[in-house]
Amino acid sequence: MSAIAPAIHAIAVRRPLTRTVVVYWKEAKYEFLKLLRIPMYSASVLLFPLMFYVLFGLAFGGQQIDGVRQSAYLLATYGTFGVMGASLFGTGASMAAERGLGWMQVKRASPMPPFAYFGAKIAVSVVFSSLVVVLLTILGLLFGGVHMAPLSIARLLATLIAGCIPFCTLGLVVGYFAGPNSAPATINLIYLPMSFCSGLWVPYLFLPKFVKQIAQVLPSYHLSQMALGVVGAGRNESSFWHCGIMLAFTVLCLGAARLGFRRDEGRLYG
Amino acid sequence: MIATLEQNWKLPLSTTRPVVACLDRVSKSYGTVTALHDITFRLQAGELVAVLGPNGAGKTTMIRILLGLAHASHGTARLFSSDPENREARTRVGAMLQVGKVPETLLVHEHIDLFSSYYPNPLPISETMSIAGVKEIANKKFGDLSGGQRQRVLFALAICGDPDLLFLDEPTVGLDVEARRMLWAEIRKMISRGKTVLLTTHYLEEADALADRVVVINRGSVIAEGSPADIKRQAAGRRIRCVSSLDVAVVRRVAGVVEVRQDREALEIRATEAEPVIRELLARDQHLSGLEVTSAGLEDAFLALTRNDDTNRNSEVTR
Repeated sequence: MSAIAPAIHAIAVRRPLTRTVVVYWKEAKYEFLKLLRIPMYSASVLLFPLMFYVLFGLAFGGQQIDGVRQSAYLLATYGTFGVMGASLFGTGASMAAERGLGWMQVKRASPMPPFAYFGAKIAVSVVFSSLVVVLLTILGLLFGGVHMAPLSIARLLATLIAGCIPFCTLGLVVGYFAGPNSAPATINLIYLPMSFCSGLWVPYLFLPKFVKQIAQVLPSYHLSQMALGVVGAGRNESSFWHCGIMLAFTVLCLGAARLGFRRDEGRLYG
Repeated sequence: MIATLEQNWKLPLSTTRPVVACLDRVSKSYGTVTALHDITFRLQAGELVAVLGPNGAGKTTMIRILLGLAHASHGTARLFSSDPENREARTRVGAMLQVGKVPETLLVHEHIDLFSSYYPNPLPISETMSIAGVKEIANKKFGDLSGGQRQRVLFALAICGDPDLLFLDEPTVGLDVEARRMLWAEIRKMISRGKTVLLTTHYLEEADALADRVVVINRGSVIAEGSPADIKRQAAGRRIRCVSSLDVAVVRRVAGVVEVRQDREALEIRATEAEPVIRELLARDQHLSGLEVTSAGLEDAFLALTRNDDTNRNSEVTR
């Protein structure tokens, strides 16, 4: 019978580049609006690092750690902490919810380019990370007595903002492997111990020896050390070493996320 | 009974219309669970086909395979003559799927704007909104909408790209009668615009009201196919109710009787045709009273079809 019935062929419709740009832009714009309107996300991601910085960085800002003012030291470490939170929650938590509750299916059934979806999550995480870092820096400069040359400020911001990439990819992994409701708890289980072990709360100098050993494999340790280097503290290890570890971590996460992506192709939700 | 169904399977389909989507001997299993078993199905341009079946029959899996969201374990699926996973084919398809949660903080017009951007030739947003009847809620957050309004927004997302083929997976589930009828009217409009629609439902009334053709599936297999009237005629026929002293077992042996049930003092008989059965009953029981003859609904047809299918399988197992 199929031989008799003529068949309609799919006409290859290539999306012109300008339209592709529009899709990516709209995906990112609406992802941003979506998260901005969820106070649970926007408030906690922005407020927690700022609050910690005010309490510990500004109130005791005059003391010295590692040869710099505490307010400058903590600007680097809370900056790392803020970037981690914005990235992990921005990509991981929202993706796990959308994947587990069927919304990702609706998107996948449409002609949306798949990278627009992931790209939007990452772009929005970068925007929120930038917001956290910029606000922290303003607080530090205005109220924390942090003195930095404009070039150093730019370097600090660039380092921290670029540093959100490994955490975004870790977020993708969480998004693929955590349940829709358990994802925030999973993220906290990863993010809070990781922050502690990397010396983001208690400076690295004061960490027990075995924790210091764990820190060596954590991207948050390497990012914070790069940021500390900019403010004049830290252990002065090679930037190539830090970047290398973060890159390896990113590649590892992308591999795991790809596994999740492929696994999803043949999976039933309900 | 089974013989008549088999004839039904071979109903001649119109061969003049082009095939827009088809499944050829498709099976799908998830681990040890078989969701679809050797399904062959084709969808022709301009028709509205309802896939009818109880929950868990495999309706959603069928749509997922046609949309390229799941791989068939065996057999092939084609969408516009290409692999359903081919993204080009998807630009001509719109889908309304069952979804647990939609991002609630985006406004209705924002959702539509975003989905419209995915398609090469979308409808103007205002037109999408008026077709789906969401104009007056355009500036509301999705999270603030009622169940019926949410379904209409999902419908809007399915049609915004002006697709040739529309998949609707249980589009009216959980809707009240009024909201359901509104959506039916929208679906009919799509057909009058020359679109093809594949609808899954477990509301028989819905299949009856909308579909040109009904495919009944149960436990992953097609058990009947035909127009809604065919399905009703083939499977259910007439329902006869009467008060009689005849034994249920005796009545069951009367030619043309499909099923007999004792309901308090009355007998409930389902028969392919009413007249010969009534003639026989009256001949055997002079005191027969309270005779009522009604046409069985699609609901009965459906129950009968799935029940026959189940008994068939059970007897296969015991054999």
